[in-house]
Amino acid sequence: MLPELSREEILRYSRHLLIPEVGLEGQRKLKNSSALIIGTGGLGSPVALYLAAAGIGRIGLVDYDVVDSSNLQRQVIHGTSTVGKLKVESARDKLIDLNPDIQVDVYNEPFTSENALRIARDYDIILDGTDNFPTRYLTNDVAVFLGKPNVYASIYRFDGQASVFYAKEGPCYRCLFPEPPPPGLVPSCAEGGVLGVLPGTIGTIQATEALKVLLGIGEPLIGKLLLYNALDMTFDFVKLKKNPNCRVCGPNADIKELIDYEEFCGVPSHDHEEGSAGAGLDITVQELSERLATNHFKLLDVREPHELEISALPNAKNIPLGQLAARLSELDTADEMVIFCKSGGRSARGLELLVSAGFKKVKNLKGGINAWAREVDPEVPIY
Amino acid sequence: MPVLRIPTPLRSYTSGQSEVNVSGGNISDALTDLTAQYPTIKPHIFNDGGELRPFVNLFIGENNIKDLQGVATPIKDGDRLVLIPSIAGG
Repeated sequence: MLPELSREEILRYSRHLLIPEVGLEGQRKLKNSSALIIGTGGLGSPVALYLAAAGIGRIGLVDYDVVDSSNLQRQVIHGTSTVGKLKVESARDKLIDLNPDIQVDVYNEPFTSENALRIARDYDIILDGTDNFPTRYLTNDVAVFLGKPNVYASIYRFDGQASVFYAKEGPCYRCLFPEPPPPGLVPSCAEGGVLGVLPGTIGTIQATEALKVLLGIGEPLIGKLLLYNALDMTFDFVKLKKNPNCRVCGPNADIKELIDYEEFCGVPSHDHEEGSAGAGLDITVQELSERLATNHFKLLDVREPHELEISALPNAKNIPLGQLAARLSELDTADEMVIFCKSGGRSARGLELLVSAGFKKVKNLKGGINAWAREVDPEVPIY
Repeated sequence: MPVLRIPTPLRSYTSGQSEVNVSGGNISDALTDLTAQYPTIKPHIFNDGGELRPFVNLFIGENNIKDLQGVATPIKDGDRLVLIPSIAGG
């Protein structure tokens, strides 16, 4: 039995009730349905706002982060007044203000192999709005094991992808991407940036697909992948097929339970570019500050040229990470060197490259120039 | 010539080009031509053994070459090849 709509709800959803494909019965279906949104960031913001506005009866929000002012360029569910607050609480307050008739359940915890099945079990549909590979594989496997649709979207700079991975009716995420890329090969949004409006475009497509699946109308993106590019303003679609060798949804699947996804992907399940090269290979900003006064060593900045306009350290040589392998001849293995970037992630990979090329006197600046700005020189902006 | 569409994350290896003209009778030839034109893209597409990396998806039109004949899939003038990257941002 579908729940009835109150007089107030009938008025609130009147524009839905006027569409024959939704109508009174469709709106009651939405009221009776539940959606779990993994991540309340760039994608999670529009997804949660539009699903709440549409009258999904129960919305679950999973995130463990706090709102940072660098989020607000795209994470429109949060605001300047909620900087420093838990993201799930900031988001819940906004959703309840938008639509007090719905229930919002919050999970202020990372989505992990330990809690994922328990959290996701009671929802009709899962929306993947995370920012990292381990959580994407986890979300996929949870959806496959629980037999639920996984409405997928992901973004980078000007590119967006969206699909509905529903192993009962089509391919899953692993059918398309059996393995993650090697660590460091694909930059994250924290490293490479993202156009603020891009998650708005792609997140609203994700919300559209969720509503179609819940209402049982139209043609959801099952077996299809949308590829969007904002610069070219192109929408391309490709066909996806079930992979007969898929390790979670294929006929001979060998992955039957959730695994260690950080180990599988070789990267942590968050997008905070807090890079460290490991024991003995890092130098802290305090150490650098002390040693700069006495020692002579070279500074190597592996950020992109346009980042130097934001902040810089004096006398640093700039070779963007992508060019480092080809420009090793500009460096001297005899020099003592400190390599740095924005937060220490790219420079840690640069250090690895230098060490394998025979450089022995290189250290990675832990936390990058942003740590320098935070702890040593307040005149340098943090970005 | 067939045209290969390059996704944003790989454009830094193709001098910013979003599309590259590639020559050859099949996918393997086309990728060899691509890596000859832009050598630094090679490790992002092939592993050390010279095989296509498992996370690299290449489509002809709307079909995955994995569902066709893999790198032996023939191509012709006017074909549109699309490299699909694994991205994780959200």
